[in-house]
Amino acid sequence: MERRDFIKLGSAGMGTLMLPISGVAISADQLLDKPMDVAYKKKLADIALNAAKAKGATYADARIGRYLNQFVTTRESRVDNIVNTESAGIGVRVIANGTWGFASTSNMTPDSVAKTAEQAVAVAMANSKFQTTPVQLAPVKGVGEVSWQTPIKKNAMEVPIQEKVDLLLSVNDAAMQNGASFISSRLFLVNEQKYFASTDGSYIDQDIHRLWAPFTATAVGKDGFKQRSALGNPVGMGYEYLDGLEKDKVRIQGANTGYHNSYDMVEDAAAAGKQLQAKLKAKSVEPGKYDLVLDPAHLMLTIHESVGHPLELDRVLGYEANYAGTSFATLDKWKSGNFQYGSDIVNLYADKNQPHTLGNVAFDDEGVKTKEWELIKNGVLVNYQATRDQVHMLGQKESHGCSYSQSWRDVQFQRMSNVSLRPNEKDLSADDVIKDVEKGIYIAGRGSYSIDQQRYNFQFGGQLFYEIKDGKIVDQIEDVAYQSNTQEFWNSCSQLAGKSDYRVGGSFFDGKGQPSQVSAVSHGCPTTRFDNINVINTARNV
Amino acid sequence: MTIITQQHAKELLSKVLKFSKADECECNLESKVGGNIRYARNTVSTSGQESDLILIVQSTFGKRTGTATINEFDNASLEKVVRRSEELAKLAPENEEFMPVFAPQKYTKANTYFESTAAVTPEDRAQAAFDSIAPSKKNKLIAAGFLEDAVEMSAIMNSKGLFAYNTSTNVDFSVTIRTEDGKGSGWASGNYSDVKLLDTAKLSSIAIQKSKGSADAKEMEPGKYTVILEPAASVDLLQNMMRAFDQRSADEGRSFLSNKAAEGEDAPKNKLAQKMFDERVHIYSDPQHAIAPSAPFAGNGYPLNKIDWIKDGTIKNMPNSPYWAKHTKREYIPSNRNIIMSGGDQSLEDMIKSTRRGVLVTRLWYIRALDPQTLLYTGLTRDGTFYIENGKIKYPIKNFRFNESPIIMLNNIEALGEPQRIEGSMIPPMKIRDFTFSSLSDAV
Repeated sequence: MERRDFIKLGSAGMGTLMLPISGVAISADQLLDKPMDVAYKKKLADIALNAAKAKGATYADARIGRYLNQFVTTRESRVDNIVNTESAGIGVRVIANGTWGFASTSNMTPDSVAKTAEQAVAVAMANSKFQTTPVQLAPVKGVGEVSWQTPIKKNAMEVPIQEKVDLLLSVNDAAMQNGASFISSRLFLVNEQKYFASTDGSYIDQDIHRLWAPFTATAVGKDGFKQRSALGNPVGMGYEYLDGLEKDKVRIQGANTGYHNSYDMVEDAAAAGKQLQAKLKAKSVEPGKYDLVLDPAHLMLTIHESVGHPLELDRVLGYEANYAGTSFATLDKWKSGNFQYGSDIVNLYADKNQPHTLGNVAFDDEGVKTKEWELIKNGVLVNYQATRDQVHMLGQKESHGCSYSQSWRDVQFQRMSNVSLRPNEKDLSADDVIKDVEKGIYIAGRGSYSIDQQRYNFQFGGQLFYEIKDGKIVDQIEDVAYQSNTQEFWNSCSQLAGKSDYRVGGSFFDGKGQPSQVSAVSHGCPTTRFDNINVINTARNV
Repeated sequence: MTIITQQHAKELLSKVLKFSKADECECNLESKVGGNIRYARNTVSTSGQESDLILIVQSTFGKRTGTATINEFDNASLEKVVRRSEELAKLAPENEEFMPVFAPQKYTKANTYFESTAAVTPEDRAQAAFDSIAPSKKNKLIAAGFLEDAVEMSAIMNSKGLFAYNTSTNVDFSVTIRTEDGKGSGWASGNYSDVKLLDTAKLSSIAIQKSKGSADAKEMEPGKYTVILEPAASVDLLQNMMRAFDQRSADEGRSFLSNKAAEGEDAPKNKLAQKMFDERVHIYSDPQHAIAPSAPFAGNGYPLNKIDWIKDGTIKNMPNSPYWAKHTKREYIPSNRNIIMSGGDQSLEDMIKSTRRGVLVTRLWYIRALDPQTLLYTGLTRDGTFYIENGKIKYPIKNFRFNESPIIMLNNIEALGEPQRIEGSMIPPMKIRDFTFSSLSDAV
């Protein structure tokens, strides 16, 4: 019984931003209200689990969630909007007659919770008429009562609104002073207070924090306009991410600055203003084959699209066929044990324990302890991402911990883990990677991205493009996009920077499913080189 | 939960306004009641029902505005939400672009509500899914689909006495049917106000035909081709273009509708009244449209009537905000409307018959903008791409990636067919020359 709609941010008619977040608007002070008492949550969860069992459920889990959001949007010297939202309720999932059932409610009285659990069983019983194969769950040992919190230093919800507005307005000013004609900047804060209980005997209380501070600056010149978006990353951190510490900056000779675990948004906006002026004058790329050197804030999205999604087991099996699509990384390729996804220096792994990442939790949304595992080892496909009811299809006995739901109201299902590229054991810098390239392009920041429904053919753009000649960055160039095939692309990977260059980027609103749900996921990688990639020119005369 | 009647909405919103102490107050009451069913691998995977009713109160003191929402409707809750919006307004920064609420308006009636859709039950949804899965199984194919239906209610009242109320119904269905070996894939969809028009068996038979017909596709060289785009293939490109229709960004020089500033001029001008497209292009919005109707008022209560955006290939109107309309001394034109594109009387078959060499495209996928200045987009064909030779479909071909702009597309029209409803819009099948395919995809 809540608004399940998009929250509008920004002024009408100016590219209003629509966010897939539900909840009711509250005051900033209410964001700091104490979470529901854990003992009471346990009591409610037990009511749900017992009611489900009494009606014939062989398994049940209950998720009691309070989801808080704060969004601040500004443009130029104005505050467009400040929105605080809260959404609280319980979702109960059961297995009855070997079939899943789910129901949820925002009414958390004991009576309503019991009825919701009974409704979930009724849904399972009804749907079991169509079921051909019973659900098979990988075992999970109950962990009793445990709690976990995102390791934050400064709770962003506690930072006064004025401080946030002042930061964004100084970001806008920095961009405008340095060459931008327009800018919109935003701050998104998320706090998920999630309690999970299951008939396996787990009672897990988690307090999860995420933050994202993007901007888009525009410069209008006499021959048209150019845009440049922020190079900061969405993170699983507190407000300390915006401290912009010098030690967290990676300065690329002749190009951009990259960011580790803190982001200097004002400095990035000032750089954006200058780079926009350079973009207005930059030469258009000559299409052809180039060696590409990809900055982590760019390559993260390529990993997301060409490795993260195709290795989701539900896609491989066909559950997403009508929407996001299936996957080229079919089970026969995996079973062969020699499917060369990438060159032998390519090692991609999934890890939900990595600090500062968007996917970092101690337990997933079906009570599975999160872990790290290999997806691609020395270039060979070795595993997928799966949930408790899927891993048996891989002949595995332990879930990967990939279950997630965007709220208490929606049923949890398989979502992407953090998927990252291991750095070179030799601690090379980004400049070390660039210095061996004769004819190449260095790309920073995430731009336009498009990939087919089985994840073969992709085309990606970026924010900043620099021509590399004889090992040196020479000029800023424009109108660059590269097209490749996933397997060919990863097999052309020829060099990686090392641990000191490894940075984490991410996607704050990744959509999947029907009805669609969002999730947030990170991807770490070092600056990486790919040889002989097809680059196209995206300028057109209309 | 049932949908609130007009009388009930009026009484409830009047009660809310009585609590207001602000200079201005505007209340929106919105509800959505509906359900969905999802299936994959020829079996139902999830199903759900939803029911929402929410009150949004916006209070203004001077140029400071605050908004609060609530989903409880006893008197104490109604007063609480008004007080909260007033507290938030007092804390908000002044909005330099603040505009007052509208005085009462007159509305035309739109035929957006169908009782048949409001009466859909979970059993009806299960039957609709079964009607799609059964023929798929019979043909040894694998179906994945999604059906969603809803009744939506929207009411608004403000402190100047404006009141508007509308109910609408909507049904969306789509299905992807694949061959067991994964070498063929077909797709079909339906979108209606009246569920009586939905026939999931018939739509699934189209997907089945395309699935079987698309197996073992041949490779063709990328390049410029004459294409026949089914409505599902062009709707997203056209909707993207219409979303970018905005007077302010055009005036500020950051839109495809901006002219470059002329010598000696400070600011760019917009392309209003300029011819940009083939003269057959006529795109408009109309709440009274018989097949794709929409609510006759905007979220702020301003009436929506039929309006041309592009006529005879010329830009006729651009949406703006109340502030920008006043600032530029133009009429206020709300955005977010249904998109109706006029077509011709040719069927898809007629268009194929008249094609010597071309490509039939079922739909496009993963469309992303490359350049907001030229509206260049990229994406891929999906679920049924066929080579046409001498008026006949010759054989299935592998999917292509395209890099193309709807501006170029709408200048290269060969023929327009009969418009069909899709995603709430009316879009004709189009035959377009020189459509740019830039690479091949192995995806099925």
